[in-house]
Amino acid sequence: MKRLFPILSIVTAALLSWGLYGALVTAPTEKTMGEVQRIFYYHVPSAWIAFCLFFVNLAASIVYLVRRSLKADALAVASAEVGVVFCTIVLVTGPIWARPVWGIWWTWDLRLTLTLVLWLIYVSYLILRRFSSSGQTPKIAAVLAVLGALDVPLVYFSIWFFRTQHPQPVMGGGGSIDPRMLHVFFVNLAAFSCFGALVCWSRYRLEVVRREVEETQALESLLEPGSVR
Amino acid sequence: MSYLYAAYISTWVIHITYLGYLLRRYSSLRKEIEELKRRH
Repeated sequence: MKRLFPILSIVTAALLSWGLYGALVTAPTEKTMGEVQRIFYYHVPSAWIAFCLFFVNLAASIVYLVRRSLKADALAVASAEVGVVFCTIVLVTGPIWARPVWGIWWTWDLRLTLTLVLWLIYVSYLILRRFSSSGQTPKIAAVLAVLGALDVPLVYFSIWFFRTQHPQPVMGGGGSIDPRMLHVFFVNLAAFSCFGALVCWSRYRLEVVRREVEETQALESLLEPGSVR
Repeated sequence: MSYLYAAYISTWVIHITYLGYLLRRYSSLRKEIEELKRRH
């Protein structure tokens, strides 16, 4: 991965630039919403990547609960943190899109509320990881992650099964989309997927190294003269 | 159009802020590693 990292970074930067150009220039303007619809190319990929990262967090948490793998625990922390970043983008770009289209910044609609709850669950998870020093913390956090992940399908399917203010899905939900728009959407999805994977990998490496440093410091303080009585 | 730019700019502000936070943590960790190496 270390050798692949620079190549992947260049590919990601190229994809992000292509995606931005496509979103602002080549994608056709939507008839009813106008230019503001172009927020779609950042808002929807961010939501999908947040869901994927929360799924990685769920899988890693289950692996940790079953095998007590410290690497899985580090991956769980990394994916939750990067997932929260993408979920924050969804919660910021959503209201910016809603204001000119719905006339309001926010409404306590099912999908919006469940997305906010999802964000709060993972923020709580990160606060627990950051401030609890108990030996049981990884186990408690893993259980919280498993329960929190139940909200992901609720968010995703809320617009399929309930009438909400949020638009119905345009892909796979009976809606139609211009192929040029779909092309730009997939470029941005690929770009942000690569970007999310790179950031998650970096955060995972940081977590692994941080734990190694902490272990070494703890050992060192034990071996210091005068520390054992 | 301003809403569109606001959304795109806020997306990148959030990403860059987070990347900056990661870089800060990396550099402080590197200092700690160097400190440990110097002591041994």
